Amino acid sequence: MTAAAKPENASQGRPYAVVGARHGKPDALDAMAGLAKYTDDIQLPRLLHAKILRSPHAHARIRSIDTSAAEGMEGVHAVVVGAEMPTRYGVIPWTPDEQALAADKVRYVGDAVAAVAAVSEDVAIAACKRIVVDYEVLTPLTTPEAALANPQNKIHEANKHGNITKQVQLAFGDVDAALSAADLVIEGHYEFHGSTHGALEPHCALAHVDGRGLLTVWSATQVPHYLHRELSKVLEIPTHKIRVIQPPVGGGFGGKSEPFDLEFVAAKLAMKTGRPVKCLYTREEVFLAHRGRHPFDMHYRTGFSADGKILGVDAKSILDGGAYSSFGLVTTYYSGQLLGSPYVFQSYRFNSTRVYTNKPACGPKRGHGSVQPRFAIEVQLDKAARALHIDPIALRRRNFIGENTTTINEFHIGSSGFLECLDLVETASGWKTRYGKLPRGRGLGVAGSTYISGTNYCIYPTDLPQSGVQICLDRSGRVRVFAGTSDIGQGSSTMIAVVAAEELGVHLDDVRVIAADSDLCPVDLGAYSSRVTLMAGNACLNAARELAGKVRQAVAAKWGCQKRDVILADRRAQRLDDPQVWMDITEAFVLAEIEFGTMGSTGSYQTPREDVHGDYRGGTIGASPAYSFTAHIAEVSVDEETGDVKVENIWCAHDCGRALSPVLVEGQIEGSVYMGFGETLMEHHHVMPSGLRTDGARRDTGPGKEGLLAHSSLLDYRMPTALDTPQLFAGIVEKPDPRGPFGAKEAGEGPLHSVIPAICNAIFDACGVRVDALPVTPAKILAGLRAQRTGGG
Amino acid sequence: MTVADPTTPAPVLVHLHLNGEPTSVAVPPHWTLLELLRYGLNLTGTKQGCDKGDCGTCTVRIDGEPQLACLTLAVEVRDRHVETVEGLGVGGEPHPLQEAFARVGAAQCGFCTPGMLMSASAYLDDLSLQDAPVVRREDIAAALGGNLCRCTGYTKILQAIEEVAQSVLARQQDLATSDAEEP
Repeated sequence: MTAAAKPENASQGRPYAVVGARHGKPDALDAMAGLAKYTDDIQLPRLLHAKILRSPHAHARIRSIDTSAAEGMEGVHAVVVGAEMPTRYGVIPWTPDEQALAADKVRYVGDAVAAVAAVSEDVAIAACKRIVVDYEVLTPLTTPEAALANPQNKIHEANKHGNITKQVQLAFGDVDAALSAADLVIEGHYEFHGSTHGALEPHCALAHVDGRGLLTVWSATQVPHYLHRELSKVLEIPTHKIRVIQPPVGGGFGGKSEPFDLEFVAAKLAMKTGRPVKCLYTREEVFLAHRGRHPFDMHYRTGFSADGKILGVDAKSILDGGAYSSFGLVTTYYSGQLLGSPYVFQSYRFNSTRVYTNKPACGPKRGHGSVQPRFAIEVQLDKAARALHIDPIALRRRNFIGENTTTINEFHIGSSGFLECLDLVETASGWKTRYGKLPRGRGLGVAGSTYISGTNYCIYPTDLPQSGVQICLDRSGRVRVFAGTSDIGQGSSTMIAVVAAEELGVHLDDVRVIAADSDLCPVDLGAYSSRVTLMAGNACLNAARELAGKVRQAVAAKWGCQKRDVILADRRAQRLDDPQVWMDITEAFVLAEIEFGTMGSTGSYQTPREDVHGDYRGGTIGASPAYSFTAHIAEVSVDEETGDVKVENIWCAHDCGRALSPVLVEGQIEGSVYMGFGETLMEHHHVMPSGLRTDGARRDTGPGKEGLLAHSSLLDYRMPTALDTPQLFAGIVEKPDPRGPFGAKEAGEGPLHSVIPAICNAIFDACGVRVDALPVTPAKILAGLRAQRTGGG
Repeated sequence: MTVADPTTPAPVLVHLHLNGEPTSVAVPPHWTLLELLRYGLNLTGTKQGCDKGDCGTCTVRIDGEPQLACLTLAVEVRDRHVETVEGLGVGGEPHPLQEAFARVGAAQCGFCTPGMLMSASAYLDDLSLQDAPVVRREDIAAALGGNLCRCTGYTKILQAIEEVAQSVLARQQDLATSDAEEP
């Protein structure tokens, strides 16, 4: 071991033993062998199956529900309706506007109205058909324009301001003066369409009440802790009488990050029947549950100096929220708050309005609320670079905000590898020799972005830890970690194992991670806002360091040396100054257990107490302990005859602070880039407004079609296959941040953002067509080319 | 294994070869192979992602061909050979594809993985039957064309399969060379 060449584990003064090594997931072979038990794989004796009756109307009042025919059917064990669970809830405590089942009103096609528990899904489906709901159909409002124009037709009667769910207006500096003094003002209108998460595992929940009256809910959720709280509230059971277990989850991406009807339904029906009840969504129900990317309508004015400095940004956005608030309060803030980096804005203001519409609710999809404004600003920058004849990478470098600084909206930026990210993609793509020199029809585009590593302030106001970890080790040489973290495929359990193994000197295989079981594990707030590596990683690091200290102390006593002279690595305790003196780690653990008794420790992560946010209303939202940075370059070819865009290559470089597991970080980058690529060109979560067909062509669909999903299957909602996906280059940049465990920041969401504007900027480079209204379609390319020929482009 | 469902017609007996074992099972005639595997036989490695033939997570091999269990009636596999992910490894050892997927990080959430592995194993078997086999990424991507993955961007999946395919070919060439050297 040579300490000079590798970064050091500071607490032990040795090179990293596990951090940064190329490894897969220790538990990967379970998934490979089909042994991993996802929620729907769990079978319990006497299991009943639940199905949910959903509204066929986009907007209607419920006059009455008659469940008697369903209840009388053979094989039906219980029926539940909204009046039995009237408490309103919402993942954001300030906006509780949902009910487990609609009691008085339905607000989108697919809103849950009643549910049946029966001996089989077939019987439950048949019983749902025999539930009679008397609706008073109301005028549906399927676009923000319609919802804003008809404030008297309130989707939520209790809402204060018509159909506006949230409005945020914040201003920093004198934007008007900056724009009037600017050498160049770029003004643009941008439309960002809706898309959905598309996790391959449909949502599923299983509930059971045991002999002690303990309600256990297994759920495919990203937020078992929030689920736990909301179950308690809605079912009116104290939290200590509820156990929430999150089995392996088949993908989340934000689509499983709040409670859903099926969890309440399964729990209530299990309570009513005394039998275990499972509810599994169909794929169509997954599309209806949604909580995906908000459609944004954006108007941007950006002022530049002649040398390309950003003098002022004026942004106005309308967010199409769908039927419920979901995370919308946060989304509305994020639509402006997360734009203040990686560039210096000398002045900035934004005005964002989120509107209720009679459609599936929008929420947090990977890159929550900041992917849409990032698209707008990065295209604005490209337009400015063209107008000012500045290389678009150079323009971005020129505006870089720097490290250890503060954004105009008062967020603290720690480490930043943004320039290194730009350098990496510039080199990898051959930008310098190719940009501007490619034949017509082929083009390169660049964009950059930033993202949070968790939020300083949690969803509900509290001084409690955001993350807790408990570690035990024993005479077997094994380390057990109990963590509230939710592994949804991103690898949080691997991350926990890496941190524990690094500090305790064992191999990854020696660490058993028991996660996301509220009876066994300390609380963690969940897998959202890219918070887990930084927060749970720090909690684990704290707990592991305490135990490692005791083990080193016990070994030092045996060797008659100082604790600091003992290091733990590679299943050994070893003299720092003499590698010939060592003992097996198991022996070291035995010594510690003799010295200190049963070995256990806890660690937690709390938001640091120093001032960590902006001093204004809303100044806490978007404040993060550390920010990641990303740059993308896309290469496209455009077929000018068909309007078809082929993305040839995407290079992405991402500053994750420190790659604890480089293989997993690459996986997050590749997956993010893929997902952004898909929503740019192929995917559209489209709900039919009045008079419009799915392809956008105008045709009177007649009453009753409004609010219908244009796609209820994975055939119609086109997620890219292996044949569609371009070559992806995933480059890791490491700028350790002192607030992250071993310097680590997030990697799961940041690398999605700038791929979308990079593709659009590349399209312009290839053929001179700006697609400012997403998604990119052949029709839009052809329209742009036609306009070019007639001089309108 | 049947459910106490009053609407279900009487089950019928189906004999099949399941992961190499002769198996007899009574199954409601309207059940899909996916329902039989998951609910009837508790072989939950085969996943249900859409139940309508779009996502590929339920891919199994029927007489060697990758097929969708959700679009196959259970009675259709009478007397046929069905392989699921549970039968992929041999004698407690993982299949080389499973080892490679785990090592290079080709599974994130793991939900598409069983179906991917079944399609990939069919590709490998086809490859080794060719006269002049060549490993090409586009062929691998085509073999996976019916299997959606939402986590990985397919990059590491393609890498894992390519690595295994190359090693299979190298082993075949070694064997061919050593055969040729036999006097």
